[in-house]
Amino acid sequence: MYRYDNFDATLVNRRVAQYRDQTQRFLRGELTEDEFRPLRLENGLYIQKHAPMLRIAIPYGLLSSTQLRMLARISREYDRGYGHFTTRQNIQFNWPRLEDVPDILALLATVEMHSIQTSGNCVRNTTADPFAGVAVDEIIDPRPWAELVRQWSTVHPEFAFLPRKFKIAVTGATADRTAALVHDIGAQAVRGEDGEIGFRVMVGGGQGRTPMIAHVIREFLPAAEILNYFDAILRVYNLHGRRDNKFKARIKIIVKEMTPAVFARQVEAEWERLRGGPGTVPPEEIVRLAGFFTDPPYRDFARDSVAYRAAIADSRPFSRWADRNVRKHKRRGYAVVTLSLKQTGTPPGDVTALQMEAIADLADQYSFGEVRVTHEQNLVLADVLQNDVHRLWGRLKALGFATPNIGLLTDIVCCPGGDFCSLANAKSIPIAEAIQRRFEDLDYLYDLGDLELNMSGCMNACGHHHVGNIGILGVDKNGEEWYQISVGGAQGNDASLGKVIGPSFAAADVPDVIVRLVDVYVENRHEDERFIETVRRIGIVPFKERVYAAAH
Amino acid sequence: MPQLIKNRAVVDDRWTLLREAAGLSDLAADTAQIVPLAFWLAHRDALKARGDIGVWLAPIDDPATLAADVGALPVIAVDFPSFTDGRGYSIGRMLRDHHGFTGELRAVGDILRDQLFALAECGFDAFLIRADKDAAAALAGLDDFDRIYASTSRRPQPWFRQRGQASGGGPSGTTS
Repeated sequence: MYRYDNFDATLVNRRVAQYRDQTQRFLRGELTEDEFRPLRLENGLYIQKHAPMLRIAIPYGLLSSTQLRMLARISREYDRGYGHFTTRQNIQFNWPRLEDVPDILALLATVEMHSIQTSGNCVRNTTADPFAGVAVDEIIDPRPWAELVRQWSTVHPEFAFLPRKFKIAVTGATADRTAALVHDIGAQAVRGEDGEIGFRVMVGGGQGRTPMIAHVIREFLPAAEILNYFDAILRVYNLHGRRDNKFKARIKIIVKEMTPAVFARQVEAEWERLRGGPGTVPPEEIVRLAGFFTDPPYRDFARDSVAYRAAIADSRPFSRWADRNVRKHKRRGYAVVTLSLKQTGTPPGDVTALQMEAIADLADQYSFGEVRVTHEQNLVLADVLQNDVHRLWGRLKALGFATPNIGLLTDIVCCPGGDFCSLANAKSIPIAEAIQRRFEDLDYLYDLGDLELNMSGCMNACGHHHVGNIGILGVDKNGEEWYQISVGGAQGNDASLGKVIGPSFAAADVPDVIVRLVDVYVENRHEDERFIETVRRIGIVPFKERVYAAAH
Repeated sequence: MPQLIKNRAVVDDRWTLLREAAGLSDLAADTAQIVPLAFWLAHRDALKARGDIGVWLAPIDDPATLAADVGALPVIAVDFPSFTDGRGYSIGRMLRDHHGFTGELRAVGDILRDQLFALAECGFDAFLIRADKDAAAALAGLDDFDRIYASTSRRPQPWFRQRGQASGGGPSGTTS
C-alpha cells in the first residue's frame, strides 16, 4: 500500500497543527461558530445529536493492520469503543470530544491517516474498487490513480470552497464496483484502440435529494491528462455551480441545467488551456505510485486447493458461506474473503475496538496485513490462501463476521440514521434489524439470491437508497417517522435509480412491505433471474399493487 | 489600523475600494482607486490614462473580460462576499494562468486568516483582511503549509515533478 515520505508526512502534520490552532481559536472565542463550522467540516468534524462525529478518511478503502489497530485504540481512548464504516469507505466515530480531535488527528498521523476533506464543500475521499489488484476483471489497478487523485485533491487551494461536496470514484475493472455512475466524477479505466490506457469520464451523477445517473462527457481521456481534466471540471463547476440554493448546488444540477453537452464543451475548452501543461502526469510518477501496489509475495499453485474444495463438498454451511462471501482471486490458490458486518442485531457497518484488533490479527495472519473497506460497509481480506479459508471461516464465525449474506437482502446498506445523526428524519438501524429478523431463514434468503436493500434516514442518501434494488428512505410526516419505499435501483455498469412505489409506511409495517415485494418477485421470476432483472422486466406496478392492496 | 497584507507584512493601503461608482465625477482626482468592473468597461479609456485605477471583480464576473487590459491594470481585486464562496480562487487562477496578469492581485471582502495560504497559491499577493480581524495575527495563515501537491498559480510545477529532485524524499519513518 502507499507509504508516506517526508513530504506526505509533513503535509499531514501541518494540517494537524493548523486544525489544532483553529480549534484553540474557536475555544478562545476568536472564531465564531459560523467561521469555525466550515473549517471543522473540512476536517471531518460534525456536531451531531449527542456529540461531535469525526469521520476519518480511508483512502480508496485500503487499511493496514497497523492502521486498524490505531483506529481501535482511538475508539477506546476517545470514543465508546466502536466505529462505524461508511458508504464512502471511511470510518466514523460518534462520541469524540471536540477538544480532543487535534490529539486524535495527531495519533492518526503517526499511522499515515487523516480526516482531511471527509466533509465540507470540497473534494471528498476518493473511492475505488475494494477488489483492486485481486479482481479477475481488472484492466488496470486503480489504486495508483486513486492515490494520485488523493494527493492532488488534498488541500487543493482552488477547490476548498466549492458550491457543495464533491465525490470522485476511480475504477479499473470492467465491472464497476464503485457506484461510479452516482458520483460527481466517475473515472473508469479503458483501453484505447492502440492499447493506450485512458479513462472514460462520467460527470454529474449523485444521490441525495435529486438523484441522477452520471453522463459520459469523454469516452477516452489519456490517463496522463487525468488531473488537468479534473481541474477543468472542478473549475467549471466552481465558477458556475449554483450557490443560491444548497439543495441545487451539486454538479449534477448544473450539468442538467446547462445540458451535458454544453457542460462538456466548457470543460473541454478549459482543458485545452491545461492540456500537456505541468499538471500532466509523467510516466515515472505512475511507475513510482504503482510501486506501492505491487503484488504481495504470492506462492505459485498449479491447481486450486484440494482441501478447500473438499471442505465445500463436505459442509453446507461452509459452502453456502463460501458461495456468498468468497470471491475468485486473480491468482490460483488464493481467495478474496468478505467479512460481513451485517449480523442481525448489530448496526450495519459497526465494529468494536476488540473486533478491529481481531481483524487486524487475521489480516496479519492470513492476508499480508491488509484490509479493505467496501462501500457496502463490509470488510475484505483480499489475499487469503484457499488452504486457509476454512480455518479463517471458523475464526470469523467466532467473531460474528461470518454471516453468509454478502449481496443478499440482509446485507443491508444503512446510514446511522436518527439514532445518531442530526440530519436524519427517521431512525434506520432499528428498521434494518427488524428486516433482518424477518428474513432470518437462511434457506429462504439464499434462494432469493442477489438483492440489495439500502436504507437512508434522510434524503441526503448516505445509505444509498436510490441505488438499492429495494430502497428505504426515512421521511418526516408531521413530526413522525415514516418510510418511503422504492424498487428498481441498482449500482454498477447499468446503474439505475429506484422508483418510489407510493405513500410511505409506519416503521412497524416496513418488514411486511418488504416481504410482499419479495413475494411478487418469487412468484414472477424466471429461472436464474435476479430481483432487479424481474423488476426491470415486469415494472413496478405489480409490486405496488401487492403492497397497497394488502394495506387497504 | 491597516488591514492590508502584502509582501508578508501588514502595510498601509494606498488604494481606495469603490464598491459603487455611478459616473466619473464619483472618482477622487488624487487618489488611487479600485472600481467595479462595469464602471471600468464603461470608462476604460479615460481610466486607463490615469494609471492609478484598478478594477475589482465580483464572483459572477468573467475574468476574460479583462484579457486585453491586464497589462494596463496595476491592481485587480477579487471580491469574496463570504469566505465560503470559493469562486474567487478560480478567478484568481485564470487571471494569472490564462491572462498573464502580473500586477497586484488582491483578495477583498470576507478575507480571513484561514484562507490566506490557499489564496496565495491561487496567485493572490495582497489580502485585505476583514475590518474586525487582527491583520497581524492573520499573517500566520500564509504559512499554514510549506506547499501542497497540485499545480498552482504560485507553483505551476506540481510536487510530483519535483519529488525526485528534492531532499527528504525518503521514507518518513512512521509505521503502518
